[in-house]
Amino acid sequence: MNSSGHKRLVWAFIVAAPVIFVALAALQARIDEHTRSFARSKEELVLRSGAALKKASLGYDALMADIYWTRAVQYFGARSTKRDEQMGLLDPLLDITTTLDPRLVVAYRFGAIFLSEPAPIGAGRPDLGVKLVKKGIAANPNEWQLYSDLAFIYYWHLDDSPNAAATYLAGSKIPNAPEYLGIMAARVSQSGGEIETSLMIWRQIYHSTKNARMQQEAEQQIAGLTAAHDEQILNKLSDDYHRRFGRYPASSQDLVDARILPGIPADPAGLPYVFGSDGKAKLNPSSPVVIPAPKKLLGR
Amino acid sequence: MSTTAVAASSMAPAPPRAVSTIVAVNTFREAVRDRVLYNLIFFALVMIGAAILVGQISIGIERLVIVNLGLSAISIFGLIMAIFIGVGLVYKEIERRTLYTLLAKPVHRWEFLVGKYAGLLLTLVVNTAFMMLGLAAALWYVAGTFQRSDVTILVAVYFILLELALVTALGLFFSCFSSPMLSTLFTLGIYVTGIFCAEIKAFGELSKNPAMEAVTKVIYYLVPNFHNFNAIAAAAYGDPISLTLVWQNTAYAALYVTLILLAAAAVFSNRNLK
Amino acid sequence: MSTPAIEIQGLTKDYPVGFWRKRMRRSLDGLSLEVHDNEIFGFLGPNGAGKTTTLKLLMGLIFPTAGTARVRGRSIDDVAMHREIGYLPEQPYFYDYLTARELLDYCSRFFGFSSQDRRTRIDRFLELVGLVSAADIQLRKFSKGMLQRVGIAQAIIHDPQVVFLDEPMSGLDPVGRREVRDVIFDLKRQGRTVFFSTHILSDAESLCDRVAVLHQGKLQGTGAPGDIVSMETHGMEVLFELRAGAAPPAKLANRAKQTGRRYRLDVPETDLYAALEELKACDARILSVTPLRPSLEDYFFKLVGGEKKPSHALEVAQQ
Repeated sequence: MNSSGHKRLVWAFIVAAPVIFVALAALQARIDEHTRSFARSKEELVLRSGAALKKASLGYDALMADIYWTRAVQYFGARSTKRDEQMGLLDPLLDITTTLDPRLVVAYRFGAIFLSEPAPIGAGRPDLGVKLVKKGIAANPNEWQLYSDLAFIYYWHLDDSPNAAATYLAGSKIPNAPEYLGIMAARVSQSGGEIETSLMIWRQIYHSTKNARMQQEAEQQIAGLTAAHDEQILNKLSDDYHRRFGRYPASSQDLVDARILPGIPADPAGLPYVFGSDGKAKLNPSSPVVIPAPKKLLGR
Repeated sequence: MSTTAVAASSMAPAPPRAVSTIVAVNTFREAVRDRVLYNLIFFALVMIGAAILVGQISIGIERLVIVNLGLSAISIFGLIMAIFIGVGLVYKEIERRTLYTLLAKPVHRWEFLVGKYAGLLLTLVVNTAFMMLGLAAALWYVAGTFQRSDVTILVAVYFILLELALVTALGLFFSCFSSPMLSTLFTLGIYVTGIFCAEIKAFGELSKNPAMEAVTKVIYYLVPNFHNFNAIAAAAYGDPISLTLVWQNTAYAALYVTLILLAAAAVFSNRNLK
Repeated sequence: MSTPAIEIQGLTKDYPVGFWRKRMRRSLDGLSLEVHDNEIFGFLGPNGAGKTTTLKLLMGLIFPTAGTARVRGRSIDDVAMHREIGYLPEQPYFYDYLTARELLDYCSRFFGFSSQDRRTRIDRFLELVGLVSAADIQLRKFSKGMLQRVGIAQAIIHDPQVVFLDEPMSGLDPVGRREVRDVIFDLKRQGRTVFFSTHILSDAESLCDRVAVLHQGKLQGTGAPGDIVSMETHGMEVLFELRAGAAPPAKLANRAKQTGRRYRLDVPETDLYAALEELKACDARILSVTPLRPSLEDYFFKLVGGEKKPSHALEVAQQ
């Protein structure tokens, strides 16, 4: 079956290949939709034990770690808008990742934020966050950044200033640790000034990472804290106004007219603050900025 | 001896389907006689060991372990068989020259290829069926009962077979022109790529580099996506699998296998045998 | 004249050689020949001449660089042509996990016989090649000679019109070779055509109606064995003994070769009677007078004679 048979087959292949590949791509797209709700994460976590997986990966730990890290990021990206209770799988994913590669510091940092953060943004499990970062510190004792992240969880999510201060202190003793840690140790021990302290923490997080998601989260927190800070100041000015004029300002314009403010203050999104009938400053209703709600700030 | 000089031209031609079947049955017979099916003994030992061990420990997840282990073993054993026999399907016949007398008969080369493929596939199906029985037995031993959700196990096994069908086709294709060692490398390479192609695509997207994104996307849609066929965890947890997905995966495998066999036929039809 | 059994026209095969596979080596060069219906045709040549290449081309195992061929009027491209032919390759190898019976059953299935028909044929052909007692032994236990026999059986089990045999006598003892010769003659008696390649010239001489001689890929000549060699000159060979102590006649002394007591004298036909007179005169005892018809072997050696080296290189490259 030479020339004619062969030519016919080659032509058949040339014609069939693109058709089949297009059909395959279409099928694949449909299959992908299917398996998104197909507990795909479950199938990867069949071997939940990081140690077992480490043995199974036959030495290609780092590669496997990268793969799991990618999945964690992907998974997290897919889940955070879906509010699935399966957010609980973030911890196992990060646990496996860090078992496979204990030096993947970004994984610990990621977990510190998103395991602790309440739903819908995170898993709402600061205890798991603490556990993960402690694991990271054990494997990377000279990584001062992890101390900072651990202290952040204590301070921000668990409202545990003594542990936060102790952690900052321990971190400040690491060679080459910046002064920031020592300063923070002092700040979190004080009461008052929580907003500034929190702003410092989140700014440090923002500048210390290249991970886009973490930066995004830090930005939002900083915006919210800035707004809370602005509200504090505006509330004081509002009280001043009340003392002078016997009523609360209706808007920032009143404060400008009374020369208490040089101009109309805007929130980090550029929208002007509004005042309630009780004289308390509030974010503009149409502002996308969200003020975080840890207990320590509630007294603002 | 009678003169039967005219008998040859008056014979009814054997229909083409039959030729592939003849070759397929013989290929199956070869696998059996090569004691390939003895791997079932190892599988049985593994399952028995696991069942006993898990039964002793009684940690509440016996079903999970047996199903995970059993399906993984079925997949691995099947893969090994598909690859190692697959890459020799055509190569061996050329090397040993058994192909010479075969092609001197009224056999198209493509019929030969289809027959070899079908024969190995048949071997794999039989092998897998026995393994599934072993798995069922082990499951019965540890769990004492079957649940309705165990149907997913059947589906998972079916998906494994689809996966094996694809791997076998790849092995056969390479066998048409390449030595067993190279063919194994190529086939394994494509298989591993196919398992991780979703990650590769994700890497490409994360890189924010449009060229990388495009390349990884092309790879994703070009390479057979073997991860589609992995339903082991679903079987372990008893998640139901929709019929639509079963059809989709079947269609995917069928289309891809057809393409590979077509390519193999095209390549082989022109090959000068040593 | 009816359609020739085999028609080959300008059949050529080039192989790429060299490290980069750029250079071409021509292993078969423009072969053209015809094999008539119902004849035994011998295809001769030293190793590496291109005989096996030709057969592989005809069987469709390799593809020609140029040229065409037809068997029973059908192109070699046509798979249906294979219904009417049988083939025994050189040093055949079969699936060694099958028994002889199973192999013959497998082979005969491709021709659409009923299972009853198959069984009859298998029994008949097993008997024909003398393998009845070994019918249920796995082929991996067969000797070379036994493999050769089962090979012949599978080649003719479907009663093909044209049978192609590549070195059918190889690996057989004299008894086996006699049997194969009988099979070949029988095939001819049944009206079939046999095309076989060999380098055993005595077989070709005794079996073939016609032969073709191939050397270094080129056809050297075709014709009846006698025709080919008759191109050479004739002469006569006289074997004689002398009386004890006597010396050969002066005129013949330098042309007579002595081995022990026997002398051998080659003379042109025209000088025969003169030489015999000389010998009669010295009272020699004539042992035999034989016409010096050069055999195919002589023709062969003359052909191949001074070209041993290139021929060997040919062999190696073709591997």
